[in-house]
This record gives sequence, structure tokens and C-alpha cells, in this order.
Amino acid sequence: MASLTSAYPTSKLRAKPGLLERLDLPRRVVFVAAASMIIVVAMLMIFIVWQGTQLFVKDGYSLGAIFDAKWDPLADTPEFGILPFILGTIVVTAGALLISTPLSVGVALFLSEVAPKWAKSIVQPALEIFVGIPSVVWGWLGITVLVPFLADTFNGPIVISLPIVGTIFSMPGFLTGFSWLAGSLVLSIMVLPTITSVSYDAFRAVPQELRTGSLALGTTRWQMIRHILIPSALSGVLTAVVLGMTRAAGEALAVQMVIGNSPTLPEAITQPMTTLTSQITLDMGNTVFGEPWQDALWTMSLVLLVISITSVVLVRVINKRRMGS
Amino acid sequence: MTANAGSIGRSSGAKPSLKGKASRGSILADRAATVVLWGTGALVLLILGSIILHFAMAAWGVVSLSFILDNPSQTTLGGIMPVLWNSIYMLALTMLIAVPVGLLGGIYMAEYAGDNIVTGAIRFAEESISSVPSIVVGLFGLILFVDDFHWGFTALAGALALTFFNLPLMTRLSEQALRAVPQDERSASLALGATKWQTIRHVVVPLAIPGLITGVILTAGRVFGEAAVLLFTAGIGTPPHYNFMNLDITNPTSPWSPFRPATTLSVYIYKLNSEGLGAFKNQIVDGSAAILISMVLIFNLGARFVGRVLSRKLTAS
Amino acid sequence: MIKGTRRFGALAIAAAMFAAACSSTGATPTAEPTDTPTPATPAAAMASVAASTAPVATPAPTTNCVTGTITTSGSTALQPLIQDAATAYAAECPGATITVNGGGSGTGLSQVLAGSVNIGESDVLANTKLATPDANSLVDHVVCRQGWIVVTNLDVTGVTNLTTQQNQDIWTGKDTNWNQVGGPDLPIVLIFRPASSGTRATFKKLVLNGMTEATGGTTLTLDTNGAVTTAITTTKGAVSVIGFSYYNDPTNKPLLNGLQLDGTDATIANVGSGTYKLAADGNLYTKGDATGLTAAFLQYMVGPEVQGTIIPKDSYGPISK
Repeated sequence: MASLTSAYPTSKLRAKPGLLERLDLPRRVVFVAAASMIIVVAMLMIFIVWQGTQLFVKDGYSLGAIFDAKWDPLADTPEFGILPFILGTIVVTAGALLISTPLSVGVALFLSEVAPKWAKSIVQPALEIFVGIPSVVWGWLGITVLVPFLADTFNGPIVISLPIVGTIFSMPGFLTGFSWLAGSLVLSIMVLPTITSVSYDAFRAVPQELRTGSLALGTTRWQMIRHILIPSALSGVLTAVVLGMTRAAGEALAVQMVIGNSPTLPEAITQPMTTLTSQITLDMGNTVFGEPWQDALWTMSLVLLVISITSVVLVRVINKRRMGS
Repeated sequence: MTANAGSIGRSSGAKPSLKGKASRGSILADRAATVVLWGTGALVLLILGSIILHFAMAAWGVVSLSFILDNPSQTTLGGIMPVLWNSIYMLALTMLIAVPVGLLGGIYMAEYAGDNIVTGAIRFAEESISSVPSIVVGLFGLILFVDDFHWGFTALAGALALTFFNLPLMTRLSEQALRAVPQDERSASLALGATKWQTIRHVVVPLAIPGLITGVILTAGRVFGEAAVLLFTAGIGTPPHYNFMNLDITNPTSPWSPFRPATTLSVYIYKLNSEGLGAFKNQIVDGSAAILISMVLIFNLGARFVGRVLSRKLTAS
Repeated sequence: MIKGTRRFGALAIAAAMFAAACSSTGATPTAEPTDTPTPATPAAAMASVAASTAPVATPAPTTNCVTGTITTSGSTALQPLIQDAATAYAAECPGATITVNGGGSGTGLSQVLAGSVNIGESDVLANTKLATPDANSLVDHVVCRQGWIVVTNLDVTGVTNLTTQQNQDIWTGKDTNWNQVGGPDLPIVLIFRPASSGTRATFKKLVLNGMTEATGGTTLTLDTNGAVTTAITTTKGAVSVIGFSYYNDPTNKPLLNGLQLDGTDATIANVGSGTYKLAADGNLYTKGDATGLTAAFLQYMVGPEVQGTIIPKDSYGPISK
């Protein structure tokens, strides 16, 4: 590459700096472009914080009334406890991560340690295509394929004929397919590329000498992966999981389409439930600007913003610890 | 945890399991692990393959040239030309803003940014926006552009909201592409007496072009599929029959105008699923989803191909 | 120094944004001056609409063509009708473009109030959603009657009618199995519309008499006619409420078991005669009196073409004479 020097547009490079450059304009312009992101984030935060606190400021609800389990906007004194939605987001996200993390880390290990070149050159583009599939398409697949499949499975003669499981599954509410499980399954596929690619980078960052050193000692590849690679890359994998968590918690359309949106906490993984994002999409269009109900939805958006900012900070803390040690 | 890794290099005796010849059990475990890891890779391909197969089968007999080029119809299958047009239009409008700003921002971060509080703030902002849920960005656009600015649902409002959402990605990819240019190139150029800006403009940026193009195409793929942001900003409706001869961009009836509502393909899928009517509703959704996935495939494979060809050309010269 | 200035610039912009946010959301809403008082009741609104359409009732009615561009947003229940009427109007009047957006009744009301759209469509009256001064700044134009029907999955055989009492028992969770209302031994799965939706509010008012609905394990909430229809067809024992236009859709109808209400068929004729009670007015709101293309389009909506042809085709009811 360095040989390219001969191909340089030498005349252009030797030209006298123009007036604009003497005024340091290029540096200022690129700085403004980069700093525009600060402005965008500042605007976004100010807006959401402003809107999200209207419920307290304008409508006079206390923080305690918001972090409460009772959500009844139609009551004479409307109640806007958003706890079920927060907990709903937490459990759906947790479910998605439980399914997705082992699978994603497995794929990352496969790509970084096991896969021959040809396999890598198929699986890696496949993962990129996963990223590109829009959430409406995931939702459409969820509602037309996954939900009926789950409903049929839970109602199927095999499941129902099982001794204890059958009794549980023939209870009402296990029927619909719109469920915590459906939401977590859809999300687990949606976050798979995120967790995989970040973990993959973490595994690749482990120095090659550690691998060869371990193998030279006569360990098997799996022992090397278990005892050296995974511990060394753990903070990177943790970062991957946090990033996956953020994406899962913020996903709206696909989840809303399959989760059933029942504003209560589920008693079982096969029951419908709700999340912050699905409740926002459900009610935002039907409420008017400035009414307490919509203000409560903005408060939920604020909670989502807090979750994502917290995770950004969390990732930084994890990385700093990694750099530090 | 990382201390572990460090200690192994020094004293291998710290971990008894690493000592000596591998036992039969551990070889078996290794075999099993290899099988499982191959299995995860295969599973990813299986899922993707079945999704593509599902839509290929569902779209069979739906997607044709007339499906792509016709206007929507209530009584027949019709086509999706206006929404496909809107998707492409919105993509172009968004990239028109996001690419220059993202490239310039990437230049600052790669070439100028010092290790100070402003750089830290930019990085924090970059990471924050990319983790903010798209629905929150959409709602922000709704309040700011649609309601406060009285623009109503317009393509411009949607494009700006999409820009907010994708600027960090574009900036980061540009920064990575520029950083990948070897330091020697910069030194050589500076040694020729070029200024820093001349070096960036005539040496660093041209060398980074393959990476930059890959970045642009990957960002484009994400913009193309986004729906949640646009639901609240660019509008959701059945588009009118466009008159492409109307080139007056200030006229809201012109398909070239940014001051008109623009339902894109992914928003159209959402709309049909939620409010669609007519005998062909499901076929149209399947066909639209198949086209959307094909576009994503084309974007991804295109990014790889263009990146490879360009870097080969540049290194060969 | 330069750096400081720059940072200040960014701050100033952020501060300006903040100020904009404050002024737009914090300030008391300025009531737009209205030339005519807003009709207090739907009946009065209808009267005013009827009065304004009087000239149309000439032997050979012609469409009043006005060129321009208007946008509407709001109720998804009314969207099919407005869309078809807008398409028909634009076909007759080439210089006119009417863009129809959905979004929900609340969006329609908010946006017409904010001046972002020309017409806001709502299933419910503005004064049930908006503060009184805001509601008074809007003018109601009733353009149709819309009906809803209680539908079940096809496996709920033998059930063709539910009385108001039975509906109340089912939707409040008192009855949980279809065999309690003469159907098969099958658990009832309730599919609600969101509590904020016009459909839910209308059903709760007219059928449930304001009773509190069941919540929990056996209930789903889905936000649109399309999602509800898909869910009913795939969920055993499911019951929900959808608009006539969605029920009568040729794709949907064979997949759904539509029920009578108190022994009355869910038909447009019965909505018109008042014997089928699960029905309400479709309201189009403008900010102040409509002018230009908006006025012409609203006039067209209550004219013979929409009322006589498009409304029956899309399964809505004409406004009462």
C-alpha cells in the first residue's frame, strides 16, 4: 500500500493551502458534523424528559403512583401505574436473552474457532441479512407462523395427553399462542446478530498466543475455549449481552404483534402480557396530545430512554474495567 | 477474569485441567463441543433458509413485473409501485443528509479528535442514539416536525427522523473506514509538504472509499426496512396515483416533493396487517415482504461485492 | 476561545429547542377564533351539515370541484370510507389531492387541533377526549353511521346470538366457557381493543353499560381490526368486536362467526332503523369552519355519491335524514 505514494496527486498535495484552509475551515466543518450528534441527543433527551415529566408536573401524579401496579386510565380518578409494563419489558427481554445468549455465543465461537473459511463465508453474510430483516417482517412471520404454531402445539393431542403437562396446558389461557414465549422467541432471533457479532469481536481480540500456548500444553480445543477463551473474552461477551438487551427492550412493532398485550403480568410463559413499547404503540394513536393518558405514555418513553442510556453507561463501565485490569 | 488469562501465560500450573495429555473423556467432550458449535452455525443457516424459502413460496405467483410497477388496487392484486417508490425516495432523501454529515463527522473522529471531553461527549452521544429505541425517535419526530413545525406527515419529517437514527452508524462506519488507512500513507503525504486537509482529501478519503461505500450500503439497508420511526413521521396511508411528470418539488402532489406524506414499503406491510382489506391482502403482504427481504439481500451482497472489487482495484494500481 | 464559543453555540441551540418544547407544550392552548359556534350535539352537527348540503339536492347533482391538497388523519375504523371517497373525488376532480392517513382517533383530534392536518377523523366525540376550549374550537361534521359486530372463531358452533346480558357476563369474566351461553365446551378467549380505542369505548358504553371488563390470563388486547381478525381465526374460542367494513370483507367473512346482538342481525339496514344498537356516528373534525377543498370534500362526503354508493359498498350506514 505504501508504494501508492507514487500515485499520489503530487501537484494537489503541493498546492498552497487555500484561504478556507488557512482559516481552519475544514477542521471546523468536520467538527460541526461530529458535534451535531451531541445536539441531536441533547434535543432528544430534553424533549423526552420534558414530555415524560408532564405527568408529574402538570397532572400532579406522584412518583409512587407511577411506580405502582395499578393501570386504569378509564377510572374516575385515572391510575397510571406503569410497573406491569416495566416488569413485562424485563421478563420478555430476559426470556429473549436466555434463549439467544447461548446460541449467539455458540455461533460466535463457531465462527472464531471452529469454522473453516468456506463455512465462515456463508454464516457471516447470513447474520448480516438477519440484521437487515425489518421488524415488521419478523412481526408478520410471528403472527402468521409462530403464534399459530405455538397455539397448535399447546393444544395438540400429544401435549394434552401428557400426564401433568397436559393438565396444565388444557387450562384456559394456555391456548392462544400470543404469549410471553412468542415475544421472547421473536426477540431472541432479532438480537442474535447483535450478540453474535460483538462476542465474535471479543473472541477475535484474545491474543493468538494464548490459544497456541494452551494447545501446546496438550489441552483439547474445547478445554482451551472453556478455560482460556471464554474467561478472557467474558467482558466482551457481557457487553454483547447488554447491547442485545437494549435492542430487545426497545423493539416495538414485532413484539406488539405477537405478545397479546394483556396489561397484567403473566403467570406462565404461555400467557399474554405487555411491555412498555407495545403499550406505547397501542395507545399513542388513540390518545390526544396533552391528556394525562398520553403523558403517561411519554413517561414510559422516558423509562425506555433511561434504560438505553443506562446500558450505554454499563457497557462503558464493563469496557473500562477490561481496559483497566 | 482477565487476570486469569494473564496468569496462564506465566504459570501453566495454575489450572490443573490444562496439564498433561488430554484424557479420553476430555476428547469426547471436545468432539461433542465441536458438533454442537457446528450445529449452531447450521441452525442460523437453517432459520435464514427457511425464512427465505417461506417468503419465496408465499410470494410465488404474487411477485411479478406488474406487481412491482402497478398502482395498488382494491379489486385485483394490483401493485406496490408507489410505496416502493416512496421507500427509494425516502432512502435517497435520508442518505442525502446522512452521508455527508456522517462522512464529515467520521473524518473529525478519525483525524482530528483529541482525547478530550468534547470527543467523549460525541462518543457518548453516538452510542446513546444508536441504543435509543426507534419508537422513541419516531415519537420525537412526531412532536418536533409533524406537530411543532406544522409540517404534518411529510417525507422530510421522516427522512430527518431516520437521519437522527442512522447518523451514528454512518459516522462510526466512516470513522472505521478512515482509521483502516495505514498511518504510513498520511506520513508520506505530509512529508511531500501537503497540509493535513490536503492529505485527508486527496490521500486518506480516496483510500478509504471501499470501506466508506460498504458503510453507506449497510446504513441504506437499515434505512430501507425501518418502520417504527416512519409510522409517526412520514404517515401511514394508501398513496395516491403519482404523476411522475410533475417535477415541481414544492407541490405536495408531486412524487418528487419532500413535503408530502410518503408511506414506505415496510410501513405499508404494517398498515395492511393492521387495517388491510380486500381479497388479496395477505398475498400483497407476502409479496411486499419478499421484495423487502430481496432488497436487503441485494444491499448486503452488494456492499460486500463493491467493497471487494474497489479494494482490489485500489491495491492493484 | 474558539472552542468555548462553539460549545456555547451548541448549548444555545439546545436551549432554543428547550424553549420551543416549552412553548409548544407548556403554554395554555390558544383557542382559535371560530366564526360559528360548534354544534353541541351530533344531531345539531348533522343539522348543520344537512343545511350546508341543501344546494346539492338539485335534480342533477354535480360535484363541486376545488383544486388543492388536503390531508386527513385519524380513526382507522373510518379510514376505508374516507380513502374510497377521497379516491373517487380525486378521480372526478383532477386538481384535487386528498391524502388519507390513519393513526387513530386521538391522533386525528390532536393533529387537526394542532393544524397539522385539515380533517381529523374520530369514532368518538371530541369533547370526550379534549379539554372543553379545545373541543369547542373544532367543528364536527357527521358523515356516516358505523356499526360493529361481535365475532367469534368458527369453532364456537351453535352460538349465533348473544344478548346484552350474555355479552356483559362474557366480557366481565363472569362466564368463561362457551357452554354457559349454549355453545361447545370451550374456554372463552376475550380479544379486546386497546382501552383508548373508539371501538372499545363505544362497546363499553352501548353494550356493557360502563361495566369493568375482565383482565388477566385469558384476555388479549390487539390494536387493529386486521390484527384482531387474524387472531380470531387462529385462536380457539376467541371472541372480539370489529367494524362492519372489516367483517364484510370477502376474505374475512368466511373465517368469522358473526353474532346477532339481542336477536338483531348486524346489518346496515338495522343500524339505519335504530334496532341494532352497537353503532355510532363517524365524525370528521375541522378546526373552525371548513374552507376551500376541505369544505368541498366534506360536502361531497354527505352528497349522493358517497352516501348512496360508496357508503353501502364499504358497509357503513348513511347519515340519518
